[in-house]
Amino acid sequence: MRLVIALPFAWLVVFFLLPLVLVLGLSFGTNSPDLAPPVELGLNLASFRLLFTDDLYLAAWLSSLRIAAVSTFGALLLGYPMAYAIARARPQLRPLLLTLVILPFWTSFLIRVYAWMGLLAENGILNQFLRWSGLVRNPGTILGTEWAVHLGIVYAYLPFMVLPLYSSLEKLDWSLLEAASDLGAKPLPAFLTVTLPLSLPGIVAGCLMVFIPAIGEFVIPDLLGGTRTLMIGKVLWDEFFTNSDWPLASAVAICLLILLVGPIVIFQRHQQRSLERT
Amino acid sequence: MSEPIVRIEGLTKRFGEVPAVAGVDLEIARGELFALLGGSGCGKTTLLRMIAGFETPDTGRVIIDGQDMTGVPPHKRPVNMMFQSYALFPHLDVAGNIAYGLKREGVARAEIAQRVAEVLSLVKLDGLGSRRPAQLSGGQRQRVALARALVKRPKLLLLDEPLAALDRKLREGTRFEMVRLQERLGLTFVIVTHDQEEAMSMATRLAVMNAGRIAQTGPPHELYERPASRFVADFIGIANILQTGARRWLALRPEKIVLTSARPATAHVATGQVIDIAYEGDRSLYRVAIENGPVMLVAAMNVARAHGSAHRRGDTVWLGWSDDAGQVLDE
Repeated sequence: MRLVIALPFAWLVVFFLLPLVLVLGLSFGTNSPDLAPPVELGLNLASFRLLFTDDLYLAAWLSSLRIAAVSTFGALLLGYPMAYAIARARPQLRPLLLTLVILPFWTSFLIRVYAWMGLLAENGILNQFLRWSGLVRNPGTILGTEWAVHLGIVYAYLPFMVLPLYSSLEKLDWSLLEAASDLGAKPLPAFLTVTLPLSLPGIVAGCLMVFIPAIGEFVIPDLLGGTRTLMIGKVLWDEFFTNSDWPLASAVAICLLILLVGPIVIFQRHQQRSLERT
Repeated sequence: MSEPIVRIEGLTKRFGEVPAVAGVDLEIARGELFALLGGSGCGKTTLLRMIAGFETPDTGRVIIDGQDMTGVPPHKRPVNMMFQSYALFPHLDVAGNIAYGLKREGVARAEIAQRVAEVLSLVKLDGLGSRRPAQLSGGQRQRVALARALVKRPKLLLLDEPLAALDRKLREGTRFEMVRLQERLGLTFVIVTHDQEEAMSMATRLAVMNAGRIAQTGPPHELYERPASRFVADFIGIANILQTGARRWLALRPEKIVLTSARPATAHVATGQVIDIAYEGDRSLYRVAIENGPVMLVAAMNVARAHGSAHRRGDTVWLGWSDDAGQVLDE
């Protein structure tokens, strides 16, 4: 019995707490390119000072927030009608539709992002089609722009939006919509005054489940975004692998973690409240 | 008779292969408390939902207050419905639920507040406007649902099993309250119910439905005393149905038969043996096996206090009834 409890704890200590302490320790170190690893441990606040003085980091952080927010909104706009349609589909059909939503997970995430590169490149499938069909003679290239990053994030995280939305829409008592209609509400006001407020728990859960990982996203901006796409995850990668500045990279990681604690706490509170309500 | 508030002409509705409503013609007069009575799956709820506009008829028309409702969506019909589940909005408080329909009409805020307060006092829920539906008892929720529909001042109020979710004691009190409310407001109520006691005691007129059709329409006493078919005779109350010819039957209510130890001097008599007794306090119901005949049900009041039922199991008894005690049926 004790072993059963101890094992996951040990796992968390070794693979979560220990690395976290290591990163925290590294962030207070001094960059020493001659050493291997290139860090001299100590209590040096220089890395953190740099984070707050150099505009690059603030810009990267704000840009990450903006990209994550826009992508989350895009995923919501696309995910809500999907979740709604699945929740209103015939009960026998719903498991199939839900499987289709999570089907992309059966292929590696990286491969799917590479597939988008193939679609969006200058001579990619999309542009070839546009030229062939004569719709656009000189199409621009989406790959390498912020649009490609948005597209990639919406695509990759859409299931995380659809599933919580579906679970709250599926619980909705549809006779409430009949009641709204009976009381004189046209379809749109009925949606805005009944469906939307009652699916708010799903909206909050879905948005946070997309927004939180999207802020720290690295692979999508790196592969689909251009050199000008600034995201905090990319900055972290560059500091670590390109500049070999371990303390600065660790400081970025620690700041990212602290800034994500806020939304995560909101998310967990929210989950708990909806659990209590049911 | 003035123009009826509802006229239904040749209404049919199928769900797949199953006909839910199979040709209904019906007129409901202004100010009536009309009940649609029937077992589950008889089509009464589908009929009500077609009046409200939630189901589209396959053929036929619903005319409300002289206007053909074909193609008119629910939010544009001058009717309101009280749902069996009440369908109260869980995210709004009581006042918000009641004000919902007035807001959709664009009624001024001051008038909304006044009408909400009025209707709250009408259903005896004063002071509970800020409660959430989840904080109310079943009886209070039922009255909020009623208030929410009444506040719209509809020409016609449709009630789908309005008392089914209440416990028995509360149901009886609420029955009288609703009738009083209906009379006071002069509104037309159409109630769907499977409970014949409820339909009989509340309605001014009722329609018994069977397999998507109306078996008989009339005031409660007429349906009870003059059923038009064996189905209605059997469905409403208890009836002994005796075959008297090739396609002729006599429907005889248990309380229209006298039960005696000696041969009675009535026009019709039969004798048999008591095989079962159901003691119900005020009366006892006897099952009597007639010699070379069917088993008949007879009710007798327990007038004497001394013992339970007046006859015992195994007793030989006489049954007697007059010429006009039963209803002659040919279908």
